[in-house]
Amino acid sequence: MFYQVDVKSDAEVQVVESGLCWLTGVWYVTLACPCFFPVLSSSRFHLIPRLSNIVPESCLLITVGLLVGGLIRLAGEKVPPVLNSHLFFLCLLPPIILDAGYFLPIRPFMENLGTILMFAVVGTVWNSFFIGGLLYAVCQITPAPSSLHQLELLPCLLFGSIISAEIHINELLHILVFGESLLNDAVTVVLYHLFEEYSGVGTVTVLDGVLGVISFLVVSLGGVLVGAIYGILAAFTSRFTSHIRVIEPLFVFVYSYMAYLSAEMFHLSGIMALIACGAVMRPYVEANISHKSHTTIKYFLKMWSSVSETLIFIFLGVATVDGDHSWNWTFVTVTVILCLVARVIGVVGLTYVINKFRIVKLTTKDQFIIAYGGLRGAIAFSLGFLLDRDVFPKRDLFLTAIITVIFFTVFVQGMTIKPLVELLAVKKKQEAKRSINEEIHTQFLDHLLTGIEDICGHYGHHHWKDKLNRFNKKYIKKCLIAGERSKEPQLIAFYHKMEMKQAIELVESGGGVKLPSAMPSTVSMQNIQPKKPPPAKPVERALPQLPKGREEEIRKILRSNLQRTRQRLRSYNRHTLVADPYEDGFGDLLIKKQKMIELEKKIKEMNNYLTVPAAPPDSPTMCRARLASGRDTDFKPAQQKENKICQDPQSYSVKPSSGDVPTIQVDLASPQSPDSVNLLDELKRADQQKQDEDQGLMMRPPSREGRANKQGEVESSKEQQKLMRCLSDPGPSADEEEEDEPFLP
Amino acid sequence: MGALQSAPAQPEYRDLADKTGFSYEQIGVLHKRFKQLSHNEPTLRRDHFSAIPDLACNPIRAQIIEAFFDRRNYRQNNEGKVEEISFEEFLVVMSHFRPPSMNMTDEQRESIRKEKLRFLFNMHDTDNDGTITLQEYRHVVEELLSRSGALGKETAKSIADAAMLEVASISMGHMEPDEFYEGITFEHFLKLLKGFEIESKMNIRFLNMDTTTLCK
Repeated sequence: MFYQVDVKSDAEVQVVESGLCWLTGVWYVTLACPCFFPVLSSSRFHLIPRLSNIVPESCLLITVGLLVGGLIRLAGEKVPPVLNSHLFFLCLLPPIILDAGYFLPIRPFMENLGTILMFAVVGTVWNSFFIGGLLYAVCQITPAPSSLHQLELLPCLLFGSIISAEIHINELLHILVFGESLLNDAVTVVLYHLFEEYSGVGTVTVLDGVLGVISFLVVSLGGVLVGAIYGILAAFTSRFTSHIRVIEPLFVFVYSYMAYLSAEMFHLSGIMALIACGAVMRPYVEANISHKSHTTIKYFLKMWSSVSETLIFIFLGVATVDGDHSWNWTFVTVTVILCLVARVIGVVGLTYVINKFRIVKLTTKDQFIIAYGGLRGAIAFSLGFLLDRDVFPKRDLFLTAIITVIFFTVFVQGMTIKPLVELLAVKKKQEAKRSINEEIHTQFLDHLLTGIEDICGHYGHHHWKDKLNRFNKKYIKKCLIAGERSKEPQLIAFYHKMEMKQAIELVESGGGVKLPSAMPSTVSMQNIQPKKPPPAKPVERALPQLPKGREEEIRKILRSNLQRTRQRLRSYNRHTLVADPYEDGFGDLLIKKQKMIELEKKIKEMNNYLTVPAAPPDSPTMCRARLASGRDTDFKPAQQKENKICQDPQSYSVKPSSGDVPTIQVDLASPQSPDSVNLLDELKRADQQKQDEDQGLMMRPPSREGRANKQGEVESSKEQQKLMRCLSDPGPSADEEEEDEPFLP
Repeated sequence: MGALQSAPAQPEYRDLADKTGFSYEQIGVLHKRFKQLSHNEPTLRRDHFSAIPDLACNPIRAQIIEAFFDRRNYRQNNEGKVEEISFEEFLVVMSHFRPPSMNMTDEQRESIRKEKLRFLFNMHDTDNDGTITLQEYRHVVEELLSRSGALGKETAKSIADAAMLEVASISMGHMEPDEFYEGITFEHFLKLLKGFEIESKMNIRFLNMDTTTLCK
């Protein structure tokens, strides 16, 4: 559709012209930067909190666009048609959709899929016919009648929307509105083409109607299929990227964009393809790629989609000021009113039907939010722009109406919805992070409900979900996920994620500073370990007290060591992300040991806030940590093949150690026990004693009882490795974890 | 949809319907299933449950089956286990999975929540002492991960420890180093899963009774 615009006249000239115009437009926008940056930054980054609380972003952006357009008009220049279809559909739209599709919370989406589809598909169709029909009736009165189909085209445009849900409501409503707006776009585009065809033809028979429905199904489902295929391809590719970590994010973006373009090429729904591609590939890709790539993808997607959205709204404002408007009071006001009315009736009617099939019914409050919260956006506008003037003599009228509705929705509804939500006391989204207990119980509940369904003999929702999960686990994951991760159950994956997060928090908090822990309590592991009947006397560890001065010294050493590590990492060239394992000769062994002592001390101090015991050396965390940090790249292949459980290249010695090598064990002592300087001696003592599980003072990772010393080595080197890796990582903000849910439903 | 209005069973059904809140159709359907599972005997035993093929690959199969034979779930404030159950007890256990109806007061909703959470609690607390100890919790996590082989054993322990730590932190807040957290009591359990919205999640669609009324 977007490439057909050029077919009419000389293709090359048109392209060059539009290209130049586009450039000029961007130039103007850039000039306008000084005026829109303050507004932009205040809204985006909440520098003026009150402003951003009252006025949603989109309003501010449109206002800026209006200003810029006004400026240009004043300057006497002709505003170039910056918002042309090429730019919009090729550059501005895909990032937004990909961002939404990639971070789509799959589980709530699938649970509510029926509802979402009903609202998106049936709702949009209903809206377009209702408004179209009534407008036709209204237009019979005024001296400007137009064909029914042209009028039906208009409302179907109006109900496409760009995703922007600014309100924080509870999860159910959020996913409903979000999912609906996503699918809405796809439905709108499809309907648009349909009605465009009909208008061209003039008369519509029943056969045409049926064909229309069929084509709708083909287009949407075809798009989904194309997207899914590309998603699987991307997942499969990511399985082999362990040696080229640097360009992992590129695969994600390129495959998604190719999915979009391929779908568009075959006249299928590119939006659905993009959503399907992102949603399908995400679980597998995330299991395969490194931590850094994951961060990169996340931030790039957010960045691109923010930029796109901003530009769209600004251009909307600019085009408003400039465009040829044909204002007809009746038409426009009736359109606006009918939009609202149709939306409300649609939502109420559909909810009535849907509630018959839902376990958790939608209340009136929910319905109100759904009806009121849907924002119209720029898809409508750009589709309107595409209309051909010859076929649609009323194009300008349409455009004006569209613009008015958009302005109305964005400004009036956008600004009032927040207070309304508060007024209605809609249940807010639970801000608390997902805890491990909830995760355990979610899994438990899944299995429980599946079991009960099996006992009832009823093949319901849970039964099929369980079957799908098992199929996924057995076949698909084996194909698409590299190495050990393919067997990792979801609970363990979640747990490792938590560990990772905690390790990062540990490092980011610096030397000796309190962790911004969510649980400021003094409960630690010793409180929950069952006490064995105590031996003859309580164990008194004669650990020497650490004088204050020494503590400071150690802290300084630690800090400087961390800095030194940072500097060392910086000197690598851009193709090697990991340290050369054999670079440190044995001479550096002592320095490393020193570092380990300090690290251990730090961890002792931090024990209060660790909610997660340190991972045993052969746990999947460590394997994943190795995978994620790309240390595999420097392995000798033989070594890798030999050991199922990979050895870390940075361990001091690869040969099994004898018993008298002084080893360092990372024992997370309670806050009670004073820090010890002579750790080497102390630990030798510990080795010689029988390692009791519990003395009330020490917590050890449970697997370590009676293990060989070598394991202790490997483990402590893991800690250091984690530390180093964390240091080179710019550090994802720990609070942006909404999307980082366990990836498999 | 089968013989739903079978007259001879009506008075019994009324009794059961009052007790459990199911509708007559749902009771009829479940009764058919009961007879199918028990091979037309009047009571169900554990081996009848074990014979269900679909249940075989469920990691927490044993706990689910035990829940049916646990007197604490019969709403009569008894304790202990039984060896076989009648249809009434079967139905009472199933009634824990009914969805809350739309027009319900907040207290009713709260009591339903408590009931469902109580069911879960009973499933975890296998020795009937009113608390979920660390050992029992570890067992729960191990069962959940029982399909992942040796990989899961050690991690299961760590996960259970971490979870227990979390519960203790949430419930107790501040503890002296030599205090000992006995186990999760029911109040702590309630507090823990406060944000979990269990009344919307722990539901089974009992053969979608609404559509049968449409069919009429």
